[in-house]
Amino acid sequence: MASKVIHAFYDDDDVLMLAVKRVKAAKLHIEEVYCPFPVHGLDKAMGLAPTRIAITSFLYGCVGLVVSVVMMNYIMIDDWPQDIGGKPSFSYIENMPAFVPIMFELTVFFAAHLMVITFYLRSRLWPFKEAENPDVRTTDDHFLMEIEIHDNEQELKDLLMDTGAVEINVTEKNSH
Amino acid sequence: MASHYEAPIRKPLVLGDKGYHDVTVDIAAPVEGRANKHWWIVFSIALVAFLWGIGCIIYTVSTGIGTWGLNKTVNWAWDITNFVWWVGIGHAGTLISAVLLLFRQKWRMAINRSAEAMTIFSVIQAGLFPIIHMGRPWLAYWVLPIPNQFGSLWVNFNSPLLWDVFAISTYLSVSLVFWWTGLLPDFAMIRDRAVLPFQKKIYSLLSFGWSGRAKDWQRFEEVSLVLAGLATPLVLSVHTIVSFDFATSVIPGWHTTIFPPYFVAGAVFSGFAMVNTLLIIMRKVCHLEDYITIQHIELMNIVIMLTGSIVGCAYITELFMAWYSGVEYEQYAFLNRATGPYWWAYWSMMTCNVFSPQFMWFKKLRTSIMFSFFISIVVNIGMWFERFVIIVTSLHRDYLPSSWTMFSPTFVDIGIFIGTIGFFFVLFLLYARTFPVIAQAEVKSILKSSGEKYKTLRDAGKPLYQITKMRSDSKEPITDDVLMGEVVPTVGDKVGISDLLSAVGTFDSTTDQPDNLKKVKGIGPQMEATLNQIGIYTFAQVARMTEREYNLLDAITSSFPGRAQRDDWAGQASILLNNKR
Repeated sequence: MASKVIHAFYDDDDVLMLAVKRVKAAKLHIEEVYCPFPVHGLDKAMGLAPTRIAITSFLYGCVGLVVSVVMMNYIMIDDWPQDIGGKPSFSYIENMPAFVPIMFELTVFFAAHLMVITFYLRSRLWPFKEAENPDVRTTDDHFLMEIEIHDNEQELKDLLMDTGAVEINVTEKNSH
Repeated sequence: MASHYEAPIRKPLVLGDKGYHDVTVDIAAPVEGRANKHWWIVFSIALVAFLWGIGCIIYTVSTGIGTWGLNKTVNWAWDITNFVWWVGIGHAGTLISAVLLLFRQKWRMAINRSAEAMTIFSVIQAGLFPIIHMGRPWLAYWVLPIPNQFGSLWVNFNSPLLWDVFAISTYLSVSLVFWWTGLLPDFAMIRDRAVLPFQKKIYSLLSFGWSGRAKDWQRFEEVSLVLAGLATPLVLSVHTIVSFDFATSVIPGWHTTIFPPYFVAGAVFSGFAMVNTLLIIMRKVCHLEDYITIQHIELMNIVIMLTGSIVGCAYITELFMAWYSGVEYEQYAFLNRATGPYWWAYWSMMTCNVFSPQFMWFKKLRTSIMFSFFISIVVNIGMWFERFVIIVTSLHRDYLPSSWTMFSPTFVDIGIFIGTIGFFFVLFLLYARTFPVIAQAEVKSILKSSGEKYKTLRDAGKPLYQITKMRSDSKEPITDDVLMGEVVPTVGDKVGISDLLSAVGTFDSTTDQPDNLKKVKGIGPQMEATLNQIGIYTFAQVARMTEREYNLLDAITSSFPGRAQRDDWAGQASILLNNKR
């Protein structure tokens, strides 16, 4: 589906924040904001839901811990118990102190890697992925606010110009 | 805005009159420019050392570990010394990026990228040593807990050597994704500035299609914070586990419970010294003095002083505990270190690690670049000796005096060590030419709070930003060509043309060839025609344009003022000019 969108460029993060607040106050939906660097408070001002990626990381860490416990128990206690240095491997809990380093490392390994993979998939980042920022200046020093047009092009333009946009473009956008 | 407030007493972290675009230009410059002669000289030396190391490794693997200087008594020497030395150096990167992130230290942003690169490259060097020492490196996969053809024979999870395998591979891989995730927005910046299609393709691939949406940034920041939280205990665990290699043994001088904290402090100490060594050179070569300031070097020197003092305390505690324990073997091990045949190694270690960082109490010394560089080298040498002292002096006089002996390295021992130094510098030099060496997105996010430009504005009571409203009555030429943003020139305006030409130089059609000015981002066919009309035909002429010429050009073409500054036509043109040569 192709739709008409308006792209407003800003060259300052503070101006952008004020503009986002003005646009939200006018009860308009901001399609997207592209920034060259993280602008603190922008997600709240835009009304984005908080990210749950830290929670996934915690869950992945729990998985890692369980995997390491099961693995240590199977390899060192169940499958082939050995008497190493006069410390026989008969019970998991008694031998557990020697497994703490492995349990810790695997917890961190799972929590870190699976969280980053989740982040890459959710934000659609992978090798050979085409970039989707509409203007190359948005990775340099410009901020771009994208708003969909529903027969209100002139009003939108006037509003955005009033918020201090340095450039305004109207383009067709194909939603992916 | 309140969020940009910073106490006026804090010194600026970004010097000079820098806005967001200036940061982009400065950090992209080393990547977009060409390597100079010095880079090629240093790179060639590093490459030769690396190749020499490969030769020694091939000789070791094909002939056997007997090519090393090891003997029956000293059965661990340079290999493990080098391993621990490199792992130790690899500690500063994650410490800077993770621990300093948790403590919200803004000064880390200028140095974290390079420190993390250093971490990854040095952990790669460290990993080489155990693999070579296996003798049959193609069987290295035997350290993994995989089902095998020997019945249910598993690796020994009670062994600290196996813990090391897990700790170091977790550390290397987590550091790598931490580093790469932070690199995505910066690769995207270089991708969007790239002029040549090949560069564009490579950096698109590396940037994973980063677009910088608000949601992406929200997740990015959360991921960075959680990774920092995970990496902090991880970095402490790695050297703790390395120290277990020694501490869980029964060798006098190794069997010490103080080892974990002592090794971690030593690792941070040597890592910061290596960061100082590398960055003092890099800030000069890449012209990044405005970002990696004297203040950064001073703060790193303070960390070196602090961790050096912790290491000194540990040395003295070790001596005290040896005496206090009443164990003769323990006491002899330490007496032998300080006064035995390896006294020179012990006292080099003491001088380099405990004595030399104390100079950093003096502000004059810790803000001197030459002195900091000198001390950083001294500390690197001292920390190598520390591992040598711990390993070789504890082994060379064992429980059986008839087997007491000395260790002398062969050319293969030395060759492999030099080879890893070469490999490390090969990687680091390639990195410095192709990667954005400063986390520019993060630097931009602190520019308003810590940049000199904005600090000066704030001190003068001036606003940090101004809302300049476009005149809504003047219909700006809005084109559908978003990428090019073609500028439409006004024709027939001759004001200031001779002024402009006198500054950028005239085009002589008999000797010069006109360039395709459309290659400069922001110049389209129409703008090119106008420039040609004025008399500007070559990249050399565009490259000579400065603020004044841009303004003259704006006066002539009248629409889209500031376009040339924003796209840095002169900078782009000089790159194109370089590539043409």
